[in-house]
Amino acid sequence: MSMNIPKIPLADWIESLEAWLETNLDPLFGAIRVVVGGTVGGLDTALNSVHPLLLIVIFTLLAWFIGRWRMAIFTAIGLLVIDNLGLWSQTMQTLALVLTAAIISVVIGVPIGILCARNNSVQKVVTPLLDFMQTMPAFVYLLPAVTFFSLGVVPGVISSIIFAIPPTIRLTNLGIRQVPAELVEAADAFGSTPSQKLFKLQLPIAMPTIMAGINQTIMLSLSMVVIASMIGAQGVGAYVYRAVTQGNTGVGFEAGLAIVILAIILDRLTQQVIRRTKTNG
Amino acid sequence: MAIIEAKRLTKIFGPDPKKAIPLLDKGWSKEKIHAETKLTVGVNQAEFAIEAGQIFVIMGLSGSGKSTLVRLINRLIEPTSGQILFNGTDVLRMNPEQLRQFRRKNVGMVFQKFALFPHRTVIQNIEYGLEVQGIDKKKRRDMAMQSLELVGLSGWENSYPEQLSGGMQQRVGLARGLANDPDVLLMDEAFSALDPLIRKDMQDELLVLQSKMKKTIVFITHDLNEALRIGDQIALMRDGSIVQIGTPDEILMQPANKYVERFVEDVDLSKVLTASHVMEKAETITIERGPRVALQFMRDRGVSSLYAVDKAMNLLGVITAEDASRALKEGLSLQEVLLQEAPIASPEALINELFEGMGSSKLPVAVVDGGNRLLGVVLKGAVLAALAGNTVFGAGDSA
Repeated sequence: MSMNIPKIPLADWIESLEAWLETNLDPLFGAIRVVVGGTVGGLDTALNSVHPLLLIVIFTLLAWFIGRWRMAIFTAIGLLVIDNLGLWSQTMQTLALVLTAAIISVVIGVPIGILCARNNSVQKVVTPLLDFMQTMPAFVYLLPAVTFFSLGVVPGVISSIIFAIPPTIRLTNLGIRQVPAELVEAADAFGSTPSQKLFKLQLPIAMPTIMAGINQTIMLSLSMVVIASMIGAQGVGAYVYRAVTQGNTGVGFEAGLAIVILAIILDRLTQQVIRRTKTNG
Repeated sequence: MAIIEAKRLTKIFGPDPKKAIPLLDKGWSKEKIHAETKLTVGVNQAEFAIEAGQIFVIMGLSGSGKSTLVRLINRLIEPTSGQILFNGTDVLRMNPEQLRQFRRKNVGMVFQKFALFPHRTVIQNIEYGLEVQGIDKKKRRDMAMQSLELVGLSGWENSYPEQLSGGMQQRVGLARGLANDPDVLLMDEAFSALDPLIRKDMQDELLVLQSKMKKTIVFITHDLNEALRIGDQIALMRDGSIVQIGTPDEILMQPANKYVERFVEDVDLSKVLTASHVMEKAETITIERGPRVALQFMRDRGVSSLYAVDKAMNLLGVITAEDASRALKEGLSLQEVLLQEAPIASPEALINELFEGMGSSKLPVAVVDGGNRLLGVVLKGAVLAALAGNTVFGAGDSA
């Protein structure tokens, strides 16, 4: 059929692009390395410098404050199980990674979502990019991430962000676009500036939707921790990865359970926050 | 001078709207322009002038362009061409900052579906317009509280809009529109979403507020009864054009064309016509005259009763033929046989109210002004004829 048409050298192009970026944008990657590495490291140190029991009490109180009894009891028992399994410091490392990825996703994703909501052309460019980011198998991000940021937790965080940021952007965009036109019109009719409209009307009304996006982002970055451990990110994900390569089901299950507990706590806490932003109006 | 003046104000929807302007100048219809260019004429060269303190009603069916027209005034919709003058300043020439100031200080707006901010309390909604102006918290709270009191919702300041009924929500909308003490209040079908009884209350209240505050109000409605009830001037719209501007009486009595006429036909006359429209000249007699003169008057004019008045035409009562003959026989004065229970009404009384009062009495209804001066009488037959819609109007001077 198409025997005579030569193969498009896509792989070569991508690799030359990668090489070009590596040589020319090295200072930028260096800066990102410092910021991301610093954030994860700082969070990791902070979480691991507090005695586990004290931290469990703090988390339980937080859960009680946000979600009341059932939430608090689950948090206390879940975290005690993790500590008992001897996975405490690894779990805190993982939490540091997830929180860093989530924070950076929010810091970058919410403004991009706002831009998309305000400008149809931006949305037209960003949407297919997000589709691409979410469907490209996550493993593929690992290689350039390692090239640019070398082995360790930083490329892990970066690939988690790429994988996990789309829901925050999408739902920020959606949330703002869903603010009823008549409310936007009312805000205009009373002489709001664009930023007054954003902060006094659009963001507050969109908040439950934006929070749903952030919840998704946290869950997705948590799902990246095992993959990120393949390129040297430490934490409970690395235990799972090691257990898989060594065929050790028991260890794998223990580490997997720690991830599940962490996931449930983070999910329920953020869900509860969404419910609260909704009922508050 | 008019506070708001529109000159050839036009809005065309669609890409490259300017190309429809010369077609409008040629007098092409909305349909023809749409067929040829795919452009939609929203508002077609509207011309009007609104005097300060007036309630100016823009009235039309849905799709007639009335909601677009009101939004051209504060440029929520950007006009395609023409002028809109506020105290002589062209609003279309304002830069974004001037336009913001204009919206903050000079025009308030009330919306059909209330458009209250659901995440803000009642008082926070009302003070929104003050907040964006940067007025400090205490002052704006005071101003908002005054506005809340004005619409009779004191005590509800910390509720959320969803906790309020539709009528109360629109009061909040009204308070929000009035909070920054604007010169002009734009009301886009403000009462259309309310049920009829609440709606009537709100209309009454608006009239009271208006007489107190002397705002200029631009009121959009699709309901002619509402328009006739509250409007000082009514602009009737069809297909984006204003087909007639006039007082309620002019619209009703002298429809400019077939369209207005058809419109007016559908009006529930009993809710529009007042005693002043159907009253006739009263047969009177001054009270000092004797019974013999009274009987003579009745015979001459073919009536069975006379209204007794003093020299200033103030109504004193009714003299019936029977009572006059009794007075003649028994040697009494008219004063002594005067009936004082004659039914009376004000010239503004709606004729359906008159009709209710008539059933019980044989006497016609006397129409008197606030000082009890007799203006005329309303006969049962005249009311029935008016309700049937086959009366020649224009005799009564409009109240």
